[in-house]
Amino acid sequence: MQTIPIEHGLILAGILFVLGLVGVLTRRNIVFVLMSLEIMLNACGLAFIVASSRWGHADGQVMFLMILTLAAAEVAVGLGLIIQMYRRYHTVDINVLSQMKG
Amino acid sequence: MILLFYIAATVAVISTLCVILQSNIVHALIYLILSLLAVAVVFYVLGAPFAAVLEAIIYAGAIMVLFLFVMMMLNMGQHSRDQERRWIGVKVWIAPSLMAAVLLAQLLNVLSQYDYELVPVEIGVLEVSALLFGPYVLAVELASILLLAGLVSAYHLAKK
Repeated sequence: MQTIPIEHGLILAGILFVLGLVGVLTRRNIVFVLMSLEIMLNACGLAFIVASSRWGHADGQVMFLMILTLAAAEVAVGLGLIIQMYRRYHTVDINVLSQMKG
Repeated sequence: MILLFYIAATVAVISTLCVILQSNIVHALIYLILSLLAVAVVFYVLGAPFAAVLEAIIYAGAIMVLFLFVMMMLNMGQHSRDQERRWIGVKVWIAPSLMAAVLLAQLLNVLSQYDYELVPVEIGVLEVSALLFGPYVLAVELASILLLAGLVSAYHLAKK
């Protein structure tokens, strides 16, 4: 059986997380921001799966399931907010929201 | 098997890069689906077939279809594509990318001190579900409450 160095899995998770972070920081379209958040959550899940594989235990996969649930709930609420924002301001530019009061 | 890991990892990184550089939102979604499927392959290679299947069904299936439906509802068209292209100038990218690259370099530096060879052992549905309905049963209940709260609030927010 061939082996995979554990740091390669963690490095992959780190790279994906940083790509998502750059997306969150640079994009002005709120839909892209939400997609980048998905990338970051997915990278966290990957790190948990790598850890689960490292210890040969299923706990990491349980944690991945929790992250999956969280991502699903977060996307549902986030997309509802995007629809509401598009109705009010007719744009998906997050800079519009800086003028929100109260 | 190990070759599969590196191929899937490369595909995942490249398609994620395409997601954050893309100006067409639907193309970005398709790239994101590709990236998630590549990560699912990585899960499979690491010995987590249940997580791989869930990644393909829930992430690449359900969540991305939800995104696609909302894109169709918003119906932004050519105008938004031009606007998007104006928003992603080179100037915007420099500072955040540099900072994130510094963080990544630090992370890689820390990770390179690990030296452990992973032998992927398959951990199937049986072990995961025995844990889910054993010690983690409270977390499962809380997850169901979280999903219910998400459902109710999404309905309330998207209502006219």
